[in-house]
Amino acid sequence: MPDPKAKIAFELNGEPVEVAFAPHKTLLEVLREDLALTGTKHGCELGECGTCTVLLDGAPVLSCLVLGLACEGRRVKTVEGLAQGSRLHPLQEAFAALGAAQCGYCTPAFLLTADALLTDNPSPGRDEIKQALSGNLCRCTGYIKIYEAVELAAARLRGERAEPTRESLYGSR
Amino acid sequence: MLRLPSFKYLQPRTLKEAVAMKADAGPEGMYVAGGTDLYPNMKRRHQEPRTVISLMGLKELRKLDGWTVGTCLTLSELSDVPTFRQSHRAVAHAAELVSTPLLRNMGTLGGNLCLDTRCNYYDQTYEWRKAIDFCMKKDGHICWVAPSSPRCWAVSSSDVAPVAVAIGAEFRLVGPQGERVVPAGRFYHNDGINYLTKQPDEILVEVRLPAPDGWDAVYHKLRRRGSFDFPVLGVAAWVKWEPGNGNRETGRVAEARIVLGGVASWPQEIPEAAAALRGCELGDDAIARAAAAAYRPAKPLDNTDFDLSWRKQMTRVHVTRALEELRGRR
Amino acid sequence: MARAKKAADGPTALRVVGKALRKVDATAKVLGVTKFADDLSLPRMLYCKLLRSPHPHARIVRIDATRALALPGVKAVLTGKDLPIPFGILPVSQDEHALALDKARFVGDPVAGVAAVSEEVATAALDLIAVEYEPLRPIKDHLDAVEHPEPRIHDYGDHGNLHKLINLEFGDVEAGFAAADVVREDLLFFEGNTHLPMEQHAALADWSPDGKLTLWSSTQTPHYVHRALAKVLELAPARVRVIATTNGGAFGGKSDPFSHEIVVAKLAMLTGRPVKITLTREEVFYCHRGRHPTLMWVKTGVKQDGAITAMHFKSLLDGGGYGSYGVASTYYTGALQTVTHHVPRYKFQGARAFTNKPPCGPKRGHGTPQPRFALEVHFDKIAEQLGIDPADFRLKHLVPPHSLTANWLRVGSMGLAECIRKVVAGSGWNEKYRKLPYGRGVGLACSSYITGAGLPIYWNAMPHSGVQLKCDRGGGVTVFCGSTEIGQGSDSVLAIIVAEVLGLDPFDIAVVSADTDLTPVDLGSYSSRVTLMTGNAAIQAAERARDLIARHAAPKLEAPVERITFAGRRVFDAASPERGISFAEAVQLAEAAAGTVGTVGSYTPAAGAGKYRGAGVGPSPAYSYSACVALVDVDPATGIVQVPKIWIAHDVGRSINAAAVMGQIEGSIYMGLGEALMEEMAYRGNRNVVHKIPSLLEYKSPTTLEMCDVVTYVVEDPDPNGPFGAKECGQGPLLPVPPAVANAVYDAVGVRIDEVPITPEKVFKALRRKEKGEEPRFGPLGFPDLPWPEPIRVAPPWEGGDGRAVEGGKGREKAVEVTAGRRR
Repeated sequence: MPDPKAKIAFELNGEPVEVAFAPHKTLLEVLREDLALTGTKHGCELGECGTCTVLLDGAPVLSCLVLGLACEGRRVKTVEGLAQGSRLHPLQEAFAALGAAQCGYCTPAFLLTADALLTDNPSPGRDEIKQALSGNLCRCTGYIKIYEAVELAAARLRGERAEPTRESLYGSR
Repeated sequence: MLRLPSFKYLQPRTLKEAVAMKADAGPEGMYVAGGTDLYPNMKRRHQEPRTVISLMGLKELRKLDGWTVGTCLTLSELSDVPTFRQSHRAVAHAAELVSTPLLRNMGTLGGNLCLDTRCNYYDQTYEWRKAIDFCMKKDGHICWVAPSSPRCWAVSSSDVAPVAVAIGAEFRLVGPQGERVVPAGRFYHNDGINYLTKQPDEILVEVRLPAPDGWDAVYHKLRRRGSFDFPVLGVAAWVKWEPGNGNRETGRVAEARIVLGGVASWPQEIPEAAAALRGCELGDDAIARAAAAAYRPAKPLDNTDFDLSWRKQMTRVHVTRALEELRGRR
Repeated sequence: MARAKKAADGPTALRVVGKALRKVDATAKVLGVTKFADDLSLPRMLYCKLLRSPHPHARIVRIDATRALALPGVKAVLTGKDLPIPFGILPVSQDEHALALDKARFVGDPVAGVAAVSEEVATAALDLIAVEYEPLRPIKDHLDAVEHPEPRIHDYGDHGNLHKLINLEFGDVEAGFAAADVVREDLLFFEGNTHLPMEQHAALADWSPDGKLTLWSSTQTPHYVHRALAKVLELAPARVRVIATTNGGAFGGKSDPFSHEIVVAKLAMLTGRPVKITLTREEVFYCHRGRHPTLMWVKTGVKQDGAITAMHFKSLLDGGGYGSYGVASTYYTGALQTVTHHVPRYKFQGARAFTNKPPCGPKRGHGTPQPRFALEVHFDKIAEQLGIDPADFRLKHLVPPHSLTANWLRVGSMGLAECIRKVVAGSGWNEKYRKLPYGRGVGLACSSYITGAGLPIYWNAMPHSGVQLKCDRGGGVTVFCGSTEIGQGSDSVLAIIVAEVLGLDPFDIAVVSADTDLTPVDLGSYSSRVTLMTGNAAIQAAERARDLIARHAAPKLEAPVERITFAGRRVFDAASPERGISFAEAVQLAEAAAGTVGTVGSYTPAAGAGKYRGAGVGPSPAYSYSACVALVDVDPATGIVQVPKIWIAHDVGRSINAAAVMGQIEGSIYMGLGEALMEEMAYRGNRNVVHKIPSLLEYKSPTTLEMCDVVTYVVEDPDPNGPFGAKECGQGPLLPVPPAVANAVYDAVGVRIDEVPITPEKVFKALRRKEKGEEPRFGPLGFPDLPWPEPIRVAPPWEGGDGRAVEGGKGREKAVEVTAGRRR
């Protein structure tokens, strides 16, 4: 009864991979179930929350609506590909330092969307960050620590020596 | 996890090949571009094609040539075309108001123009729809929005379509019988099920936008949130200014078109509103007359977000604001 | 004795507590390696799907699963009769079955469960299960339930379809109203809404042929799930292990034992294979247990200076199809009216209706955001009527710290005045209130919330939280606790507190939590109880370890034990800090002398002051306080409300982790804003009572583009009952947001929206009414007559009461364990 598996080759987090899977599977399912990369999460599977975001050829997309078969020869980046060896990516570092990850479930998606933003625009303003992240829902943080983390990481990626502000960590006086 | 039903996925390289694949697949075949409309529908079992034919590998559909736009440009690409941000701002603006940045990186111009009509009795899972014994758009016999109605009242929810109709874009279609060009205004039916004049085996290949030539257009979108949401009202307003001496225009409206999205099963043109503007400067009185004319035929029903009477009231407000923006841009 | 660092010590005495620290699980979360329930996978695992009722109210006549069982790949099908033992979170409402036994009570009520080799096959099998239903008249909402006692949704409850009726009176309120200068009545409504955690619930069960069941689940309450599994599956609790996986958001929505948890467990037992279920987003809406839609009527008498003489509050809750936490929720709609401003005489009447919708339960603020909305809007109107600035009104007649309220709640530290001053100054209130241009306005509201409930959910005299500590000879410390990490930072609280006491770095501490085999019981992550209760238990365990180690290190350091100090991973003589050894060496000394170093700590709240039936809901070791100012823009042409900015001040007692406190406050503002403006559980009462919008697209959760700027002030008024003085911060700051927004809308355009959410349609209608010279208001118009029982009368403390009922409350249901608690 199950369809014969299809096989594709693509670049995943900088490395070539080949994987076989049922042909109707989405990239989300292929990553989580056939490649055991469970860092990519899901919240609706209908493109309505942004939780399953990955980068496809550098652009953030909804992996729940990308067919696995459509990824032949393409470049996919997931949260597992962000850190450089044992060093956290500056975005990961900033998210951890500021508490931008509370439950942590939407975090991989926000990290990847922000990664794409900073690749395009190393110095985004707050409104540009809000626009870029407007397709990712978070129920824990109210987004504020996420904005601050993106700004902190952006500054560090630009080579600035930036630290979280006192207001951000302790509130206003 | 909601999953897709199983199907065969084909990735043609040429238009001819795509059309042939569809002919082979028959009625159980469907084209897909970005997938942001079809795949959710398939997961909810609205459409269950046995064969899905991707158009994303067709170079012809990914072309941009002057004012002719391939329909497989993503909405992100469309809103980023620098010349459009100048000359076809309403098109770029409508494209960048669709859903979310993530979805716009996948969803295409063609997909938005062919977007399935929406209704909150229909855009539900199979199990949910079973609880109301389904509806006539899929698996059932009744339109729950208007139970005595013989037709389906699902709503046209495209952002780009009202603009395409308002500015008088033309669509080139290719099918087994060859190709044809239809004005955007004749691409849609006011029927929630049979909402396109396009045949299922035809491919919407390109959109021909009118050259910038003394006209201007705006698009206003009403929705709950600044992201994600489909329009509960879209207002596309187009005016052609009366030519005056030299480069100067008279300030009077030679022609106009007002098209509403989110209030009917098609992008609804309101000729009465346009008539109220013709020959006038865009003064407050003319704008008020046009807004009143647009308010009357707008018939939102109880199948989207928000209360329907409020949505109808908002027609007047948003037509006014759209026309005021046009006036302000002169 | 080493120096005790308890609450009374100033912040200078603290090395770790109060700093802005990275959470101990933050790195795993940003790497994406944290395992949530659906990330787990076991060899030979089967997938479960649930068949759910398409009827809101129907008798189940017959179920035939023959065809489903015949489908290749299907391994087992369960129906109600396979799991006949009822369960429910409260002992008083054991009214749920894992699969509907004789009746389905809402669209989405689980009826059958399938285990199959893939999710696809399990889904296909659902369509092959034939269920014959006999539909019954559905009860669509609370008013329908009042009008239609029949057909009864349950065969228990206080009256017809009214699940619970409460009538409490603390002093003679009529006399209080008679003594007032102004008496005002208002009607308000708070629509239901849901938690919407980004993670859909998931559970994985594994059964070992030696009779041991393991369940991994995204639950906030592994202890209660453990009890429910043992009960329904008739297993010895010792043979059941529940592991709460890190929750991908919960907010109260994962604090009941759920059908799907029991069904996968049973399926694993039947098939001998691991079975996993992951709910779809739509199914998460059916689990619900969210905010009760609540109709409220409030009457308050005040003196000209704003002093309250008496208050009478009525609430009617739409409970949905099952009890859940509903009895407690109903009491909570009447419990905390008295803890912000002094109410000398108070009467509360509360009712909960059964309706044919997904059950309501505890969402962030459990039962208190609704009455707080009513009260703070009501106060805004009273202040206007008296001609007093609402901020001044609220600064007067505050409940004094360390005092009792009319309903016998014992208030400890009370920083509300400071909170009000902070937001008034920060927001420029005096320059804005009634002074901004038409369309722009500011509103103010206050609130308070419990830091843990005084009583457990089921009657017992045991601790609410337990901690075990193991000190390794290598210097490592492991803390074991049943508390559950739902994103709020409870694992970090354990590490920080233990590190503080033992002079270590929080990242030196290994935390093992939420595993019923490995960790001592903690009741769960609900009612803002964890920081205070596990925190106190952790302090006790750590202090015992410190004392033990100090005793054995002292001889080596040739110092009296009182001077032995723990800091910087060293153990030293406070009088000559250079005389010291490493923490690991100190542990070795203790281990050599006394054996393996392990300690325990536990926490049980003190008994409440109230001794009447119903006194069990409301008492808490400590109350947090918040004040909030919202700035709004209202478009008069459309009624659309935008909130550009909110100022919030929250009295947290003491921050344990400052960064986490900020995150909890900001997150609370977010959720409050969603409730204020757009979130609602909408049903089609005329179309089979289906949920109108069970999706992330149509249930409107604010995006980055709706979220306001937030200015946060953390007020620290340490409470003697809190660990280092800490109180809660994860729920309380939500409460003032909806009323602050409502009051700001009035300031902006002069219309009262007495109903949440404050949608454009409502504002637009109210503005139309104002134009026509009608009452410029949108809100409910009446409160139905209900068959209230005779009131339980309790004299307030200042009228010579002793906390016991003077009369009433006899001959009703057996002592309600959840409410009457351990004083029986």
